[in-house]
Amino acid sequence: MAAFRYHLPGTVEEAVELLAQYGSDAKVLAGGQSLIPLMALRLSRPEHVIDIGRIGDLDCIEDGPGGLTVGAAVRQAEVELAPVAGRAAPLVAAAMPYIGHRAIRNRGTLCGSLAHADPAAELPAVALAVDAELIAHSAARERTITAGDFYLGYLTSALDDTELLTGVRFPPWPRRTGWSVQKVSRRHGDFALVGLAAVLEPAGDGRVERAALSFFGAGATPLRVREAERVLVGERPEPALFAEAAGVVTKALDPPGDNHATAAYRAHVAGVLTRRCLAEAADRARGA
Amino acid sequence: MADRHSTSMTVNGNRIDLIVESCRTLAEVLREDLGLTGTHLGCEHGVCGACTVALDGRAVRSCLMLALQADGGAVQTVESLCADDGRLGPLQQAMADKHAFQCAFCAPGFLMTAHCLLAEGREITREEIRAELSGNLCRCTGYQSIVDGMEAAITALQADHDA
Repeated sequence: MAAFRYHLPGTVEEAVELLAQYGSDAKVLAGGQSLIPLMALRLSRPEHVIDIGRIGDLDCIEDGPGGLTVGAAVRQAEVELAPVAGRAAPLVAAAMPYIGHRAIRNRGTLCGSLAHADPAAELPAVALAVDAELIAHSAARERTITAGDFYLGYLTSALDDTELLTGVRFPPWPRRTGWSVQKVSRRHGDFALVGLAAVLEPAGDGRVERAALSFFGAGATPLRVREAERVLVGERPEPALFAEAAGVVTKALDPPGDNHATAAYRAHVAGVLTRRCLAEAADRARGA
Repeated sequence: MADRHSTSMTVNGNRIDLIVESCRTLAEVLREDLGLTGTHLGCEHGVCGACTVALDGRAVRSCLMLALQADGGAVQTVESLCADDGRLGPLQQAMADKHAFQCAFCAPGFLMTAHCLLAEGREITREEIRAELSGNLCRCTGYQSIVDGMEAAITALQADHDA
């Protein structure tokens, strides 16, 4: 890969100082499983690389009343294997095995995937499904960005050139809430042709109180299909309802077509995944 | 001006101190600076798995890491799998017995992925073996022989353990 200057800040303060100084000439390196291949292919040629992988404060998983907070140096494999993540953010833990392969998850970070904003990646869609809050620091300020405001376009997030994503907070997981994440790809570990992260929260009477259908691989960003979610709310979670929602999804999405799959195929698969994920989420909600 | 940094790591049990240019990957440094050419570079962007090594006991792609990111870590390459006298280790022997590989360009990556998996010491089904090895590409065999070799290695290690 092309030469660059390597920086190894020991604290968040040092890291954001470097970002303030170098801005768009710098790239943040965490696990490197997205950035290093881009640099190897010369698609990215930063002059400065700021390695945040050794900032101890960012290497933490914490479950508190505000939800599960995961720091920017925490690797995907750690989240996958942490019992606390399975309890406090089951959808996040369930998505992990779909990401690349074990060797990738051993290095890649959860926040790195969120910040990279690949629309075909699992974690941005999961963050969007559960209304995660992304925590950004710059030399000037700290701010929290909800996942719904974070994804602006293809590989483009609301972070500006001087901001560092330091962590993500997943809201407390409501009891009895079901979830499902599934995807269709050519080979195990590939990016999704289409994937879905779904949440189904029943009210006391068993009807759907809240639903989230968050697709990946279906557009320039991860996408919630609100029309289909509205179809579900207030109704009994049954196969006929899921099929109705699936029909809405297939009509609402306008996915890309390429040499891997046509747009029509992706839209169709999105509907199929809607039915499958909602059935699985409903089963989980009943079992919990 | 090249951007060079000093770094130290343990490679196959030996402490190594060296000065590397920041843009060089762990795979490049293992092969070119340390002469450990057992680690192969196929795609060089994280797809093929040939460059897999163990870092602190976990399988990682050495082409997707800067050498500087391994600072302070313990790296194990395929060269560490044979016995001190140069004979094949049990994993290698099991793979050889099952004719797991043909051209064997991919072998170092498969072996190190398998090595990390075996080190976990847990029960593992054939289906799980297939899933765990799915990040490594082989263009010769169709994989059956590699999974056979992996099963044989598990049996051999289990027998070793029980003896």
